[in-house]
Amino acid sequence: MADKTPQSAASATEADKGYWAANVRIIIISLIIWAIVSFGFGILLRPALSGISVGGSDLGFWFAQQGSIIVFLALIFFYAWRMNKLDREFGVEEE
Amino acid sequence: MDQFTINLIFVGASFALYIGIAVWARAGSTSEFYAAGRGVHPVTNGMATAADWMSAASFISMAGLIAFVGYDNSTYLMGWTGGYVLLALLLAPYLRKFGKFTVSEFIGDRFYSPTARMVAVACLIIASTTYVIGQMTGVGVAFGRFLEVSNTTGLLVGAVIVFAYAVFGGMKGVTYTQVAQYCVLILAYTIPAIFISLQLTGNPIPALGLFGDHVASGEPLLTKLDQIVRELGFSEYTAHHTDTLNMVLFTLSLMIGTAGLPHVIMRFFTVPRVADARWSAGWALVFIALLYLTAPAVGAMARLNITELMWPNGTDGEAVSVQMIAEDDEYDWMATWQKTGLLGFEDKNGDGRIQYYNDANPEMQAKAAENGWEGNELTNFNRDILVLANPEIANLPGWVIGLVAAGGLAAALSTAAGLLLAISSAVSHDLIKGQLNPSISEKGELLSARIAMAVAIVVATYLGLNPPGFAAQTVALAFGLAAASIFPALMMGIFSKKVNNVGAVAGMLAGLVVTLVYIFLHKGWFFIPDTNSFTDADPLLGTIQSTSFGAVGAMINFVVAYVVSGMTKETPQEIKDLVESVRFPRGAGTAQDH
Repeated sequence: MADKTPQSAASATEADKGYWAANVRIIIISLIIWAIVSFGFGILLRPALSGISVGGSDLGFWFAQQGSIIVFLALIFFYAWRMNKLDREFGVEEE
Repeated sequence: MDQFTINLIFVGASFALYIGIAVWARAGSTSEFYAAGRGVHPVTNGMATAADWMSAASFISMAGLIAFVGYDNSTYLMGWTGGYVLLALLLAPYLRKFGKFTVSEFIGDRFYSPTARMVAVACLIIASTTYVIGQMTGVGVAFGRFLEVSNTTGLLVGAVIVFAYAVFGGMKGVTYTQVAQYCVLILAYTIPAIFISLQLTGNPIPALGLFGDHVASGEPLLTKLDQIVRELGFSEYTAHHTDTLNMVLFTLSLMIGTAGLPHVIMRFFTVPRVADARWSAGWALVFIALLYLTAPAVGAMARLNITELMWPNGTDGEAVSVQMIAEDDEYDWMATWQKTGLLGFEDKNGDGRIQYYNDANPEMQAKAAENGWEGNELTNFNRDILVLANPEIANLPGWVIGLVAAGGLAAALSTAAGLLLAISSAVSHDLIKGQLNPSISEKGELLSARIAMAVAIVVATYLGLNPPGFAAQTVALAFGLAAASIFPALMMGIFSKKVNNVGAVAGMLAGLVVTLVYIFLHKGWFFIPDTNSFTDADPLLGTIQSTSFGAVGAMINFVVAYVVSGMTKETPQEIKDLVESVRFPRGAGTAQDH
């Protein structure tokens, strides 16, 4: 475990600002998808999707009961992978 | 061997396993007691988080709520999984980087105010205690049935067992115990579901069977279910028939609450690195999803099975006879559950048959008048018994029933233990060591943690005797409280440098108090029955029920915090530097104590 970094994490360089802005952008995109599959497809947009049938019901029902959970999983793993890569790109990862 | 003995063997063996692990991994130092020395692998941590998370509400209660309502209760499924996205993206990596033991420590340091820390402790204790009440409801149902004792005795036995391993184990004991509990509970949930899915759809994966074809009729399962419940005057299973605004707010409350519950957040302090905190949330959701993708199938299939048992000759044939219920093995479960008082049926019109239908539906009332029925005769079906009764309803072998008993108890006990740990660390670490007596010895701190646990379990057991709703509904109230108080403070603490000490305290208090008052107005003051002024059927504000109010409370919290921060003294530079350092993984070390 790395506790030896003398470098102050507080010094906000241009690169640091770039890292944080990139992180916030990834978060916003991910949360838009998060909201679309659950509140969107699962609830509010369900009537609009009612024409697409999935095994005895419709696509909105599937998103509400299963689809949104699968997308949530994909989002978290994507975020972990993307951020661990971003950490290295900006050299802010733990040693 | 009779069913009672089989249940005892399964429940007894699983308990022996948990207690054995707790004793083997007894915590020595304070650091180990709270955070397991940070040596926990992300996959192990994910599994333990899943056990911690999936409580009586998920295991015992949720599928029953879905079964009797259908689509509209998908809110539980989306709400209790979607919160992990918020947790993984907005909180977990930063709180791990911050590197302290408890949620309130972060709030106290970030908002440079002992008052903020104390308010966070209060929010945490209120939300966690409400949550434990829900667990105790589930413990009562499970023990009442499987030990064939009264609800009250069941609760007391459960309380003693939770106390035993939470007190003597601490986090490390709990972490490994919870891995064992996860294995027991997921097997107990999925094995009967696989059997039932095979019986009804021929598909061994329940999540696929739900959208597959019903073998007996050749129609899709959901189409068949919609048709059969419609014929009995109930609303269609897959249709949307409750208020949309309330549905959205309820889902949002559960999501935000998930990311604001201290016993779940604490888990992310126990991983070695920031990168692991990100993966941990994903692994936790993988293990949770195994149950959550199965739950809607369990609900739909149980509803179909129950309806067909009540109408063995089809919905236009004769209903099941009282004699058949008494004599046929397939109906044994009705007699056993009737003993607990959680299932009731009565031959009101004395025709020797039990007619199950929706007697509030005008069309069915006309049909009933024609046939000489005098109201629905399946008079009581407690939602919380559905999952536990499910293997009996489907006529599965005795060992499956015993396994489900052990699984239900594992779910309730593991969460109760995690919550007690969060409550005890709030009291001993934040309140006593952080505030009242900073020079307390490590031994004294451990002792006070254990006393706090004992007090919390006594209070929760007492309140669990008179719960404000079904297990999952009581738990939903706890989520509303966490959503309105803790989550906004944590998120603003990381993503905004503007929010200051006064703003955070004002925001948390506004969110907590408004939400708590709204809940008490609908559920009774301090959950005492008959002291409520409104009901969730006709709520104070439009269509917003008390269980959905947490999302509104969270918005109030955000707005108040920003407005008050704008009017008061700016955040000092060293706090801005702290926020900056939390945002970057580099330099994350081991936990720092004061």
